[in-house]
Amino acid sequence: MQKAPERLIDDNGLRLDGRRPEDLRPTELQVGVLENADGSAYIEQGKNKIIVGVYGPREIHPKHMVIPDRAAIRCRYRMAPFSTEERKNPAPSRREIEISKVIRESLEPAVMSEYYPRTVIDIFIEALQCDGGTRCAGIVAASLALADAGISMRELVSACSAGKVAGQIVTDLFDLEDKYGEADMPVALMPNLNKVTLIQMDGKLSREEFEKAFEMALEGCRKLRGLQTEALKRRYQQATTAEQPQQDSEEVK
Amino acid sequence: MTLYVEKRQVVTPGELLAQGDYYPDLNTFREGENIYSTMMGIFDHRGNRLSVVPLKHCYIPFVDDPVIGRIVDVGMSGWAVDINSPYPALLPATEVMGRQHPPRRETGKIFEVGDLIKAKVVAADRTRDPLLTTRDRGLGKITRGRVIRISPSKIPRLIGKEGSMINMLKKESSCSLNVGQNGIVLVTCENPEKEELVIDVIRMIEREAHTQGLTDRVLELVKSKFKGERVAEST
Repeated sequence: MQKAPERLIDDNGLRLDGRRPEDLRPTELQVGVLENADGSAYIEQGKNKIIVGVYGPREIHPKHMVIPDRAAIRCRYRMAPFSTEERKNPAPSRREIEISKVIRESLEPAVMSEYYPRTVIDIFIEALQCDGGTRCAGIVAASLALADAGISMRELVSACSAGKVAGQIVTDLFDLEDKYGEADMPVALMPNLNKVTLIQMDGKLSREEFEKAFEMALEGCRKLRGLQTEALKRRYQQATTAEQPQQDSEEVK
Repeated sequence: MTLYVEKRQVVTPGELLAQGDYYPDLNTFREGENIYSTMMGIFDHRGNRLSVVPLKHCYIPFVDDPVIGRIVDVGMSGWAVDINSPYPALLPATEVMGRQHPPRRETGKIFEVGDLIKAKVVAADRTRDPLLTTRDRGLGKITRGRVIRISPSKIPRLIGKEGSMINMLKKESSCSLNVGQNGIVLVTCENPEKEELVIDVIRMIEREAHTQGLTDRVLELVKSKFKGERVAEST
């Protein structure tokens, strides 16, 4: 087991992983990583590694789940047994079921489900390696996967957490800060529409601290939104250019 | 009235396209003064109408669409057909045999589970499952040829403006091509090697659907391919 660190923020105001309070972890996004899913995305955020597959809109089974005027959205968040320091029991835990639900609810306002009545959209979020803030990373990747699947969306959803660590307000907490800090607050935002779709908090913040943390979380969401757009456009360029050499070699033979 | 993106530019969901007096058409929506895209695709506008041509989407059936499907269930008075869409299609026996009484327990003798059929959509709204018919020229069971699946969003490109692409392909390859709006294409040639070549060309069109001057490049490719094939045959 990890030991509690003596100090979460050093004399220079840097955090345990060398970030300043307002810095996000280095984030890499990839779209279209799975061949068999309708849409997919992969996110690496610091030590977090999450892969998301989206299937649908497709026929819904069991039939009693049909919603006559819109698509049902099912979401499953799952942590791999090897994703944490100590082996996680592969059975769905209370925590995973709850996170599945809040992620679904944070994505529902973005998906234009009324375009696909009586169908279902399935979202599978697999956390391969976890280091705090996986629900936010999951939301970021899931909205990319939905866009990749060609599902109509009002806006991509970005998510970022903010919280209080050693008396300071910081963004994008990682595992140790989450465990030994004073508060953690994940926020999901549709940046272009400026609408919040998820806000949770555990720990305690004063009103002023809350307002500061909220503003910092929104700023983090906006930064991630830029990365999301980039990742999607990169995917499109791949689709156009990657095939070019292959075509040339065909002409040679 | 401001337009923020240019024609043929790639847009992503939630991207601001324009502000002011524009009309949001396919895959766009209005929120107050702003018009946003809802899909990853290519922006297009005709006059005041803004639309986005998606790179990928699922097939939603519309009336009169030609489709190619697979029989998945045989019932007393009709068939259930998989048409590569979120909605399973129904093919009633009366739409196959005409107004005569639907013969009981005879449906299995006409189409079996797994049969591929060419059909046309006769009724479709998203509140009920779409209905198909095979009562038209050229429709019915597929007996020979090869069937491939491409993305439904690439079908308009494969057909081309007023059929320019598909007619060119038919003429150059002297094969019969049936394109279902649901992204399924039937290729029938006199020999399997030729079918293979045509499928290669279709795959190329699918890959490069969003590039310009595609018809000319395809024409070149087709000509070189079929010339090569003729040489191979003679040796």
